[in-house]
Amino acid sequence: MTQQFYVSPEQLMKDRADFARKGIARGKSVVVISCEDGIALVAENPSPSLHKIGEIYDKIAFAAVGKYNEFESLRQAGVRYADVRGYSYDREDVTARGLASVYAQSLGAVFTAEQKPFEVELAVAEVGATQAEDHLYRLTFDGSIADEHSFVVMGGQADRVASAIDQGWQASLGFPDAVRLALNGLAPAPAPEAEETAKPVPARAIEVAVLDRHSEEVRGARRAFRRLNDADITALLA
Amino acid sequence: MQESTANKVAANATSSFTEHLQRDRPELLPFNRSGQGGATAAAPLQVPHATTIVAMSYNGGVLMAGDRRATMGNVIASRHIEKVFPADRYSVLGIAGTAGIAIDLTRLFQVELEHYEKIEGTLLSLEGKANRLGAMIRGNLPLALQGLAVVPLFAGFDTSAGVGRLFSYDVTGGRYEEHEHHTVGSGSVFARGALKKLWRPNLSAEEAVAVAIEALFDAADDDSATGGPDTVRRLWPVVYTVDNTGTRRVAEEQLAAASLSVIEARTIAGREA
Repeated sequence: MTQQFYVSPEQLMKDRADFARKGIARGKSVVVISCEDGIALVAENPSPSLHKIGEIYDKIAFAAVGKYNEFESLRQAGVRYADVRGYSYDREDVTARGLASVYAQSLGAVFTAEQKPFEVELAVAEVGATQAEDHLYRLTFDGSIADEHSFVVMGGQADRVASAIDQGWQASLGFPDAVRLALNGLAPAPAPEAEETAKPVPARAIEVAVLDRHSEEVRGARRAFRRLNDADITALLA
Repeated sequence: MQESTANKVAANATSSFTEHLQRDRPELLPFNRSGQGGATAAAPLQVPHATTIVAMSYNGGVLMAGDRRATMGNVIASRHIEKVFPADRYSVLGIAGTAGIAIDLTRLFQVELEHYEKIEGTLLSLEGKANRLGAMIRGNLPLALQGLAVVPLFAGFDTSAGVGRLFSYDVTGGRYEEHEHHTVGSGSVFARGALKKLWRPNLSAEEAVAVAIEALFDAADDDSATGGPDTVRRLWPVVYTVDNTGTRRVAEEQLAAASLSVIEARTIAGREA
């Protein structure tokens, strides 16, 4: 029989956090920006079918980085939570705050109780009638939850991308400018010896979705979420 | 051990909202709130009943219309009830029978379709939607045997085939594809008779709206549980069309004009029967 060695709780938690952080840092970044027209979600994602951004409910969207199987199961759990809540109470009783707190509890439980923590970072976005009523929540692998304003950046190069977006962000941005800003932020840093500036990410290597602030008036749709395909993205940026 | 975990994950992976509720929150399903020991066939419950729905195909799509009356025995329970609902972007459903259960089933069906779309990232096929609705109606069979039946009519645009299609159901969940037109509810016999004379192939959308309103007018004429156009309260039937651009609710003004022209034509004709 093997002897169990004593590991201090601090060390145990630190090891788990380091493990999760390493997993997340390997992935590509995702940007969620609140702007005049609504909320834009932009991810660097070469796959056209394995999404990192998803619809949860009428005004709520989800974005994630990390391991696909882990965040996909969380996304599906979120859709189930929202649909059950909306069905048993009313559609307007489904809020990003409620969803984010369920995610925080699940991530926290997995972090402490399971064999390995989830290597994911999530953002939950809810578009409001005005920009001041937008909600952006960032959730990390250990169940910490942060209420963010204006934008959220997650993933491998989060710090670099965030500083680029921070410089260009304004409350008055429309969707074209917000997506352009996100793409500039996501563009890989130029190698030190290269002369030219950073190349933007091509349209087919990114995934873009938006939450329209005025979906009822403009499209007659209760559901604000809209996924943009390659042609939509090209048209938006033209 | 590995395999059993994988099996468990696969068994839990469902894109159906109804299945999820059945597993986790069975008390929320409309047909699981059992009326044990309540109504018997001898003394049926006095609950509101929804009545006539008509549906027909026209050039480029399908249309569904319902009157605005719910009855409870000999009493009018509601003059404003709406019995035709959009199910998702490309389909509508109309309901006849026990109003309370029918409205809950409609809500469940709407969430079911949206849930599938969000989980899978793609729309369910029209056949798939029609089958899901059949399964829900079959789930309601125990209540139907107690006199609380729900009979829907389902219409949608088949985006892969590029045509509008109609489906009717019986209380056991049997699903039948209908061609040209169909009606359900207490006034359906009269509406069907009217449709046989008024409907023809390749109607335009406007003509189809007029035909639907006239068929409902005939149903209301002979069936006390079907409400006709109410010029005092300005209440008109609820009409939805579905074509390749999606579902659309026909505007009140158009319905008012169509209803008033039927009333005017009948007044001028001055027939007794």
